[in-house]
Amino acid sequence: MWAIGPIGFASPLLLLGLVALPILWILLRAVPPAPIRRRFPGVALLLGLTDEAVQADRTPWWLLLLRMAALAAAIVGFAGPVLNPTLQVAGAGPLVIVTDASWASARDWPRRTERLRQALAEATMAGRPVAVLALGDLPPEPLVFGTPEAAEAALPGLAPKPWEPGADADPVAVLPEGRFETLWLSDGLARAMRAPLLAALEARGMVRVWQPATPVLGLRAARIEDGALRVPVLRAGPAETAEVVAMGLDPNGVDRDLARVTVAFEGADLAEAVFDLPPELRNRIARFEIAGSRTAGAVALTDDAVKRRKVALIAGGTAREGLELLAPTHYLRQALAPTADILDGTLEDVLLAKPDVVILADVAEPAESDRLAEWVEEGGVLIRFAGPRLAASDSGNDTLLPVRIRAGGRSVGGTMSWGEPRGLAPFPDGSPFAGLTVPADVTVRAQVMAEPAPELAERTIAALADGTPLVTRARLGQGWTVLFHVTANAEWSSLPLSGLFVQMLERLSVVTRPPEEDGKDLLGVTWVAQRLLSAQGTLTDAGEAAGVPGEELAKGVPGPKVLPGIYAAGERRVALNVIAPDRVLARADWPASVVLEGFDAPRETPLKGALLAAALVALMVDILASLAVSGRLRGARAGAVVVLALLALAPRAQAEMDEARAIAAASNVVLAHVVTGNVEVDRVAEAGLRGLTDVLFRRTTVEPSAPMAVDLENDDLALLTFLYWPVTPDQPAPSPTAYARLNRYLRSGGMILFDTRDADIAGFGTATETGRRLQALAAPLDIPPLEPIPSDHVLTRTFYLLQDFPGRYSGRTIWVEAAPPDAEQAEGMPFRNLNDGVTPVIIGGNDWASAWAIDARGLPMFPVGRGLGGERQREIAYRFGVNIVMHVLTGNYKSDQVHVPALLERLGQ
Amino acid sequence: MSQPPDIGAALALRREGEAAASSLPPLLVAAEHLAATVQMGGHGRRRAGTGAEFWQFRPAHAGDEARLIDWRRSARSDLQIIRDREREAAQSVHLWVDDAASMRFSGAKTRVEKSARARLLALALAVLMIRAGERVGLAGPLAPPRPGKAQLMQLAALLSAEGAGADYGAPEAAAILARSRAVFLSDFMGDPTPVKAALGVLADRGVSGVMVQVLDPVEEEFPFDGRTIFESIGGTLRFETRQAADLRQRYRDRLNARRDLLATLAHAAGWQFSTHHTGQPAQAALLWLYAALERRR
Repeated sequence: MWAIGPIGFASPLLLLGLVALPILWILLRAVPPAPIRRRFPGVALLLGLTDEAVQADRTPWWLLLLRMAALAAAIVGFAGPVLNPTLQVAGAGPLVIVTDASWASARDWPRRTERLRQALAEATMAGRPVAVLALGDLPPEPLVFGTPEAAEAALPGLAPKPWEPGADADPVAVLPEGRFETLWLSDGLARAMRAPLLAALEARGMVRVWQPATPVLGLRAARIEDGALRVPVLRAGPAETAEVVAMGLDPNGVDRDLARVTVAFEGADLAEAVFDLPPELRNRIARFEIAGSRTAGAVALTDDAVKRRKVALIAGGTAREGLELLAPTHYLRQALAPTADILDGTLEDVLLAKPDVVILADVAEPAESDRLAEWVEEGGVLIRFAGPRLAASDSGNDTLLPVRIRAGGRSVGGTMSWGEPRGLAPFPDGSPFAGLTVPADVTVRAQVMAEPAPELAERTIAALADGTPLVTRARLGQGWTVLFHVTANAEWSSLPLSGLFVQMLERLSVVTRPPEEDGKDLLGVTWVAQRLLSAQGTLTDAGEAAGVPGEELAKGVPGPKVLPGIYAAGERRVALNVIAPDRVLARADWPASVVLEGFDAPRETPLKGALLAAALVALMVDILASLAVSGRLRGARAGAVVVLALLALAPRAQAEMDEARAIAAASNVVLAHVVTGNVEVDRVAEAGLRGLTDVLFRRTTVEPSAPMAVDLENDDLALLTFLYWPVTPDQPAPSPTAYARLNRYLRSGGMILFDTRDADIAGFGTATETGRRLQALAAPLDIPPLEPIPSDHVLTRTFYLLQDFPGRYSGRTIWVEAAPPDAEQAEGMPFRNLNDGVTPVIIGGNDWASAWAIDARGLPMFPVGRGLGGERQREIAYRFGVNIVMHVLTGNYKSDQVHVPALLERLGQ
Repeated sequence: MSQPPDIGAALALRREGEAAASSLPPLLVAAEHLAATVQMGGHGRRRAGTGAEFWQFRPAHAGDEARLIDWRRSARSDLQIIRDREREAAQSVHLWVDDAASMRFSGAKTRVEKSARARLLALALAVLMIRAGERVGLAGPLAPPRPGKAQLMQLAALLSAEGAGADYGAPEAAAILARSRAVFLSDFMGDPTPVKAALGVLADRGVSGVMVQVLDPVEEEFPFDGRTIFESIGGTLRFETRQAADLRQRYRDRLNARRDLLATLAHAAGWQFSTHHTGQPAQAALLWLYAALERRR
């Protein structure tokens, strides 16, 4: 390849042909355009006249120029010009291929692999030793060069990792000794580790970088602000908008998108998607995704941080007016208000609202203890605080208390008692509070005492310094009952005043983790991965993954040791996202010293075709110009030439429906089918409609013309009454104007019979390709609610009485417009008074066209069923077709017939 | 021993005769057809004489033949009344139809050649004249003026004959009788000198007449473009141009100048001149011809 500027030539020697151009110039110049000989009596009058325009005795200069340009374009075109050619510089020596293998590489991993393979193939040809270095998955030992074949064999093992590369180790350390060249497959994101690695690589030899130009999008973890979920969206590269999808389980347990928000970047690299959702919906959100982006970075998993529990607060006594600080629920309310939805009211009322947690502050006898117990057994968390009333009550067989309470309680350190107020003992292992630090200033002055029991120790999850239980917990059914042996206000202890109180509530999953906690609450607990995120952004079950210490998790940066995903400890769940909370995405900028290739570099564009086409066009113009110069381009000939030129230039400028077809469609009933683009399907559809037309002609007064193939883009549907639409999986969707036309057609009483031709094996929960395609095709159509055809639908009796509607297959259900909800069967009537009008669509998969299809001799094209039964099925299929056409043409006439006796009776009166 | 008859020569003669005979009727039929469209008017001389039309009644004078007396009219009075007829003097009309090669030109397939149009006009005029009792002859292929249908057949035969090979024709004035009428049908594209000379000679003989220039519309419009070699129909003249469109205006100027010259010549000789285009219907030209001849009769 030989290049001038940005254009390279595959066979530059051909360019020598350009030398011949001046010779051609002289030759062409000397030859004037051939004259026309004309017999003309008036020549006698012409004798002696001279031409004014002297230059016309040679070929005009512009014609010459045109011909030269055509020839030059042809010569240059055959020389194989390429714009921005990739110069294949055959390197020498060892080659290190560095690939980022990060989450951002996952979006175009196949292309990367392809590029890698290409580099390996080139190395194989050149006999260069190769080492592949995946930055996301650094080898423990320095790289060793091997053969390209070996590297290629190891390629399938190379996969993108769902984390940022170079987080845990220095890639410079594993670089091999000696000089080598480098090909760096970059994922396009700027990182701190790039500069030192690049410096180290450049010190060893030339570095080439392959970097795609497609933008990288990322999501940071969602957070709650002002009651709305805010998801920061990051970008690197030329993306204008991003659509953020909130995914979660719907009430049926199906993963679906719950909300979508489109954000515009408006120049900044950070935008925020705001989801303002009701709590019920918000608590369902499991993750946020950027639509269309298949990377782990474009997924933000949610955890408890974005969940707001519904907490019901029930106090024992009515709060005394003016003494708010002494109200039993004051501190609870203060602790819960920022992070939970608090329900107030009576117990029976709040239970209807399905709270996550019910807190009873000093309630001795819950009003609805049976229902409350039922609720706990179904998974509720009941937290009770002690108090004077509870202490005074007899809790002998209260199942809603984790332990039995000894009546009376005790007070320590008070004016009337011995001893100091007691502090808290460190939380035992296995307690949900384990790992929390105990502040020294939390003291307990009074508490209720638990009756000693064998299970008391196991149920104690917090205790005083002297070992008496402070918080006990017991399982009840699926749920928990928790008892704080102190009051919820500061009367008995200073616990509600301390920060520990909120942490304890959090550990009990009463409140959710405030996001600004800096991960300290993660410490001291071993977290077990529940679901893990792949580099492509899909969630997989973690299986039996080993636990991760909270310290690792608290760093907030995923790596080989801590994979991104959802981790759980006890009731708490924590999400570790790929994008750290402070990560900013930016495009990697490379110094001018590296050779940049890939999509960022200008694409290689072969110009041969364009040049040859230009030469051809120039020659065509030359023909016209020559005709014009020699005076042969006149009148009708000129017109024909212009028309031809227009035809050549605009071969696709199709007219609207041509008049003959429009007249044919309008002058009679015509069955029509949609052109699918699949030749075989179209042929069968045409033959099927031909067969149905024949049957209609023979048996009914409907005598349709020959069926038509309808091109949705150009034909006028208003002239048609019935459209058969076989659905193929690869059918292109009509244009918006075609959809507008289809909708007008449906509104004005037309009918479309959609046939997925899949024997209707697509039921609930399953889908065939054609079924999915049908959904996509029909989505923009104004289709009313549908239902499986009811047994009294007018289609069952418009001409023939039918019970089922087989085609070549005898699938069960076909779908028609749903009956109005108030349709009821009148007394004495065999049928309901159903839809007024024609169902705009019929959807089924029985491949009716194949059953109807006849060949040129009028014989069936396809066998249906077997033997006489099959022929019977074909007959029923024909009858179904007749019924459809009758339904289209007569609407609900047969429905009205039912009412004739009643009408006559009324008239008689 | 008599020689055996030359069967081949006889057959050829007969073939030619049949061809000639078959070519007669179309031209004559067309001419009759065309002539039928012209309303026949009286050719009266506005004085008494021999003729078919009634002119006046007058008392019989001495010397009038008895057979001239209109007895029916005379019976109503005591006088012998004679019925005078209008004098209808037959006149000789000489037709000259240019049969040169330049007349065998048609600018479009839908139009007839100029010579065909000229012959049609001439024969139609002859039909009219002969019906009116005039004597009609040809000046070109010489045919002395005679009245009667038989003359019409001869005229048709002569006019149907192939023309001469010359590119441009010249009128032949030698055979034209003094004080007769002449009709020249030509395109007058050639050298105007013979025309001028002929008109001079004829004017001396007291012959008045009509000149009709028969042109194809193409010759009038000159709708040519580009590099063109123009050749006369006979091929004797040749003219090459690089840009025919540039010549259009100058050609038209020359054509108009030629027409002006002809009109001036005609005026000086007491003749009338007009131009007829083959694109127009022949009837208009025939009417004009008829009227022009009538005017000076």
